[in-house]
Amino acid sequence: MGKLRFLAALWAAKLSKPLLRLTHHNGTDFPGALAVKLCPDFLKYIGKPKKVIAVTGTNGKTTVNNMICDILEMDGYKFVSNRAGSNILSGVCTALLSSATLFGKMPYDLAVLEIDERSARKIYKHLHPDLMVVTNLFRDSIMRNGHPAYIADVMTSAIPEDTLLVMNADDLLADSVSPQNKRVYFGIDKMESDVTECVNLINDLQICPVCHDRLVYDYRRYHHIGKAHCPSCGFRSPASDFLAAKVDIPGKTMTVLERGEPHAYPLINDSIFNIYNMVAVIALLRQMDMPHEKIQRYLAQTSIVKTRYERIQTGKVHLTTLLAKEKNALAVTRNLDYLTQLPGDKEIIFMCNCLNDQKNWSENVSWMYDCDFEFLNRGNVTRVVCTGPRYLDYALRLELAGFPKEKIFTTRREIDSPDLLAFHPGEEIYLLHGVDSWVEEKAVHAKICKLAQEAAK
Amino acid sequence: MKKIEVLFPEVANLYGDLMNVEYLRRCLGDAEVTQTYLKDRPLFADEKPDLIFMGSVTELGQKLAIDALTPYKDRLQQLIDEGVIFLITGNACEIFWARIESDEAPTVQGLGLFPYVAKLRMMNRFNGYFLGTFGADKIVGFKSQFGHTYGEGSDEGLFPAIRGVGRNPDEPTEGIRRNNFMATYLTGPLLVMNPPFTKYLLGLMGEADRPLPCEEAAMASYKLRIEEFSQTNRACVYH
Repeated sequence: MGKLRFLAALWAAKLSKPLLRLTHHNGTDFPGALAVKLCPDFLKYIGKPKKVIAVTGTNGKTTVNNMICDILEMDGYKFVSNRAGSNILSGVCTALLSSATLFGKMPYDLAVLEIDERSARKIYKHLHPDLMVVTNLFRDSIMRNGHPAYIADVMTSAIPEDTLLVMNADDLLADSVSPQNKRVYFGIDKMESDVTECVNLINDLQICPVCHDRLVYDYRRYHHIGKAHCPSCGFRSPASDFLAAKVDIPGKTMTVLERGEPHAYPLINDSIFNIYNMVAVIALLRQMDMPHEKIQRYLAQTSIVKTRYERIQTGKVHLTTLLAKEKNALAVTRNLDYLTQLPGDKEIIFMCNCLNDQKNWSENVSWMYDCDFEFLNRGNVTRVVCTGPRYLDYALRLELAGFPKEKIFTTRREIDSPDLLAFHPGEEIYLLHGVDSWVEEKAVHAKICKLAQEAAK
Repeated sequence: MKKIEVLFPEVANLYGDLMNVEYLRRCLGDAEVTQTYLKDRPLFADEKPDLIFMGSVTELGQKLAIDALTPYKDRLQQLIDEGVIFLITGNACEIFWARIESDEAPTVQGLGLFPYVAKLRMMNRFNGYFLGTFGADKIVGFKSQFGHTYGEGSDEGLFPAIRGVGRNPDEPTEGIRRNNFMATYLTGPLLVMNPPFTKYLLGLMGEADRPLPCEEAAMASYKLRIEEFSQTNRACVYH
């Protein structure tokens, strides 16, 4: 009965795909959602590749997953991936059923799947990753994910014991996941910009995981990322098997030490969190025995997905769009930390609003008080435009952060926000938007370009 | 100089709750804020702080906090009876209850200062917004929690609900008040979001004349939120 139900679900889901294409809805995870609706154990029955790579963690998993997929494609691999879809159960099922035969057999030997960390129990019950990258664990949406220690517990309860973990050595919270599993570590060597005291509002690992006394950070990159030890019991952060050293951001190079042996790599992005993503990719590919020379060459040809980061010149200004997931204080903080350390005068539009929540609910704005808006007080930020349903909450939070009131501009309608920019020649304009705001982002982006070009005349 | 004691900020620091202390500190100007860590002797053991605060906490943090406070249970009871102000937000309230039951972990015995039981469902997080009253004023806030509070006690509720779920889905009042011990599941910057309640609290501390930081912006946001939360086409429970 189970198998028959599965086949019916598979065929219905497969049939839905051309229908979705006809109605211009391809790229969604509807087929997988339909399959799971018709057969709740769909993932149990669908054929799986012999080898499964999973990429999970709070931030960076899409970037890491895409880079792995890009490089494997360049190297001639054929594999299943969910890079065009979602990372929850329905997205994974969509990816697998799309490649499966009519009887559910899997013709590919490899899958590379981005997996939502909170979906771990539903997915790993029937999908057995051989290799898993855990990029990091941070606070995410408080509504869905609670706090990272909770997510670590959920993951630990679900990840198979023989999955080899590729872990961030500088993230003790992530390292608390599945302590019984074998693991290799990636990390970044001490940097000049490191500090010892936390400068962030989010500081999620302050106590020793063993004896619960307070940890001492030897150095800290941001939040709980860094190296720590416990003076009471001697616990300390693990060493990196793959260590990014001699990171030269202006020169766009780094050296990756694999168990002490140096390998030169290009830097394809200058933000620290993307350097972590690169080292994670290198560590993962080395577990597949890809030689460093190949990884170096392929990595040089990849880029961070444009939807997450794009910088263009328009008129006499530069316009950078940055995806900063709404309800995610960490994502917005990392973007603020990054952009406020870049040169040039800056104007910023904030439109990270949960537009979907806003339709029938009202966004929980607690995340704004975990987010380091205080960073706006550095780095020549000349004005901030707050827009969208939560525009007044942004304005209040910025004022509390000590950002000068006269530099805060507000408008409820996103499309009106470019009208409040000054467009001074040579300045940088940043547009921070969330995943709910793709439509609004496109319209605002276009309007900024139009106004910038007019201002340049 | 007013003294504020913050309990266990190394674990009780979730969801922006600590911004309540920062906001109070700015309201008071010259307040002394003492952060008491898990292995410290609390300030309240030897003194009477003007306000004791604890915010949302991890489940491990709840257990550690209970362990840390158990030796001072009688002192806490005394301070509550004597009317010391406590502001306890998010799930921190649960450590003061009789016990915390979970569908995924063994029951944790709480401090037992209140006769309630928290029941957690770890894969069924509750989210909602809350519109209630506090005296003649309105209270707005968000709830994001694994558990609810059950059981009968002689304590007052803190915020009667206009819209939203109280201590549990069948209870129309949010939070607990006994003398000046105030505990609520509402998370985040409760005081920033509720200027009238902050003024009340300052009055209780004998500082009623203090101006609120960013009061104009805070009031604008507060009014907009009351308007939104009052719209019956918006569900107050998030699905």
